[in-house]
Amino acid sequence: MDINTFIDNFAGQLDETPADQIKPETNFRDLDEWSSLVALSIIAMVDEEYGVTLKGADIKSAVTVQDLYDAVKSKM
Amino acid sequence: MSSYNPFSLSGKTILVTGASSGIGRTTAIECSKMGGRVVITGRDSNRLQETYQELVGVDHVQVVADLTDSKDVDSLVDSCGILDGLVLCAGIGKISPFQFCTQDKMNDVFAINYFSPVELLRRLVKKKVIAKCGSVVFVASIGGCPGGKFTYGNGIYGASKAALWSMMRFAAKELAIRKIRVNGVNPGMVETNLIKHGIITDEQHKADMETYPLKRYGQPEDIAHGIVYLLSDAASWVTGHSLVIDGGCTI
Repeated sequence: MDINTFIDNFAGQLDETPADQIKPETNFRDLDEWSSLVALSIIAMVDEEYGVTLKGADIKSAVTVQDLYDAVKSKM
Repeated sequence: MSSYNPFSLSGKTILVTGASSGIGRTTAIECSKMGGRVVITGRDSNRLQETYQELVGVDHVQVVADLTDSKDVDSLVDSCGILDGLVLCAGIGKISPFQFCTQDKMNDVFAINYFSPVELLRRLVKKKVIAKCGSVVFVASIGGCPGGKFTYGNGIYGASKAALWSMMRFAAKELAIRKIRVNGVNPGMVETNLIKHGIITDEQHKADMETYPLKRYGQPEDIAHGIVYLLSDAASWVTGHSLVIDGGCTI
């Protein structure tokens, strides 16, 4: 896996935020449209795309998109 | 009058599915404490044995079975004898936002939450092993059922329970001919392994609990006692009903 594809997949769960605004260092909780439903979509996307089961706690302990990427990579 | 108890299950034989954990395990134990003889079934032999050891009284039976396996269902139906009660507890949870609700995921959940309990009941009815005046209880959920709660990501689970609720009503109408009552319980969130999948964090669960008027999630006993009522002669005129047990969550 690579960070650019991951960012594309992450951005795919958003509806309002332009994909080019998502960077590895983006604090995803600061996104206007971040919500519990988006968090569930990220978990489902990671399961579908990477076969990795993220827990709610993994999302909670991550701050940036890079943190999420690292969490997924560590479970592969 | 000390022996007067219309909620007693004395003299009744009750089959409980999903008895290896959660609401099923507690229901089996509570039924035995109320004087019932229980036949317990579940997939995991070790955990089923743990339930068996907690049963009160004698003559109880345990049958390890995977209810999605037709042969297992056959041997279960053959081994349980005449039943006065049937409690269909076996179920699994699934959290998935709508756009990720693939048919594969639905098949997995519906196999256990909908097709298995309905098929088990069908075979028991066809074989005429549910006694006249017997009582069947489906464990549905407030999630997805009429008047219930429709939370993010709960579509597959909720739809499977809504299907179950609907079939409960059809079965109640048809089986009334044999004086068999068919009801359900619609629990709110209950503290079992089913909700401890880790997708929802403990903090989120605590915040959710605060939205319950009674300020807590249910314990398995809270649900089991509603099931005991529906199994007992106290509910002799109750059929086609699903008892909401949810700490006031859907008010």
